Amino acid sequence: MSAGLNDNTVVRLPRGVRMRHDAARGGWVLLAPERIFQLDAIAHAVMSHVDGRQSVSQIVDTLTADYNAERRRIRHDVLALFHALIDRRVLEVVA
Amino acid sequence: MSDMARSHIEKTIAPPMGLLAELTHRCPLQCPYCSNPVELERRGDEMTTADWQRILREAAALGVLQVHLSGGEPAARRDLVELVETCAHEGLYSNLITAGVNITPERLAALEAAGLDHVQLSFQGADDEVTEHVSGLRGAFDKKCAFASEVRALGLPLTLNVVLHRANIHQVDDFIALALELGAERLELAHAQYYGWALRNRGALMPQRHEVMTALRAVEAAQTRLKGQLAIDSVVPDYYAHFPKPCMNGWGQQTINITPSGLGLPCHAAQTIPGLEFWSAREHALFDIWHHSPAFNAFRGTDFLPETCQSCDRRDIDHGGCRCQALMMTGDARQMDPVCQHSPWHEEIQTLTLEEASRDEPFAYRRFARGERHA
Repeated sequence: MSAGLNDNTVVRLPRGVRMRHDAARGGWVLLAPERIFQLDAIAHAVMSHVDGRQSVSQIVDTLTADYNAERRRIRHDVLALFHALIDRRVLEVVA
Repeated sequence: MSDMARSHIEKTIAPPMGLLAELTHRCPLQCPYCSNPVELERRGDEMTTADWQRILREAAALGVLQVHLSGGEPAARRDLVELVETCAHEGLYSNLITAGVNITPERLAALEAAGLDHVQLSFQGADDEVTEHVSGLRGAFDKKCAFASEVRALGLPLTLNVVLHRANIHQVDDFIALALELGAERLELAHAQYYGWALRNRGALMPQRHEVMTALRAVEAAQTRLKGQLAIDSVVPDYYAHFPKPCMNGWGQQTINITPSGLGLPCHAAQTIPGLEFWSAREHALFDIWHHSPAFNAFRGTDFLPETCQSCDRRDIDHGGCRCQALMMTGDARQMDPVCQHSPWHEEIQTLTLEEASRDEPFAYRRFARGERHA
């Protein structure tokens, strides 16, 4: 459940989930047990900062600076993506 | 074929995402629902380690992302650790599909160290008695439970896979409890699909409709109750369905299957369709098998389907269903899957299903045919 997700949360890829470049089709994918998730450019930009150390708010700060965009909107997108991936068990909250 | 036609095919056909590597047909279990062909390939026909390593490298270059190491029992191959190493080296996600009865803790640790990504462990029953009855192997249940613990102790993600049929469909709740107890992240409850050995055993495997409905309700309740704790994937029995399954997500669209001897198949049952020409990975590059072998191009797309399918709004959802099942029931692999409610054969399937479900046949266990010797 992703109910506990907030600005201080740290997330990581669980064991058995890997992100890699997909040269044949272009873009990036998450490889998971019996499933493959194709990431769009925004999702990949977010996921490239997921390292099991940075908090949601640190990732949002970096992306806000990188893309020169409105922080509130980026925060919304990041949380929405993390919620969706946690529900599909391809992302987990670091205890 | 002209160079231009070859080039057109290579540009328009998307590369496969998955490789099903059937390393061997040898297996310590004798499950009557096995999807392997009744004519099993023998050890002497199996490819070498070097053959498989070349195929894995070619698969990665072709665009394959995930490799399902399967069989038979893949651990019956002595080179399993080496093959997992090759997967890891090529960036391929490796999934070991195993019965979990012949892998020592030391070998499992070696597989993990070689870079194995995920384990899918089969269960035939949720207790000792049913497991032995279905698998034909005494003591298999305890071995599987011990293996599951060893997988979890190494931190490897674990999926339990159960094929449901008349002899174990009453245990759905027990399988769910077992998955929780063993610490699995995922549970696949897949009704038997009637190909290969399962087709031969259809009269012994087909459940009654009320059993199917009870099982589906139990699964739905558990999916809600265990959300976020255990993911439960359910594959419904298509003989009881209104619409066909989107078989293989389309013929030659996402997956390539290589048999122990090296044949490249669009699906594991494709050899039941007469007249298809399969190419061997011993003689052809994987790239050429995928793009140019006659078997892969036989049913790509939906143009070959009958008019009823062409005008159907589900055409691009299920692609007319399964070619093998169409052939089996109608005599024509280009027909719509006969389980579809729009098929002229649909009523016949319903009658057949009820007949099969009311039979009381013993299992024909999966075995290699005894070598016949002429006097």
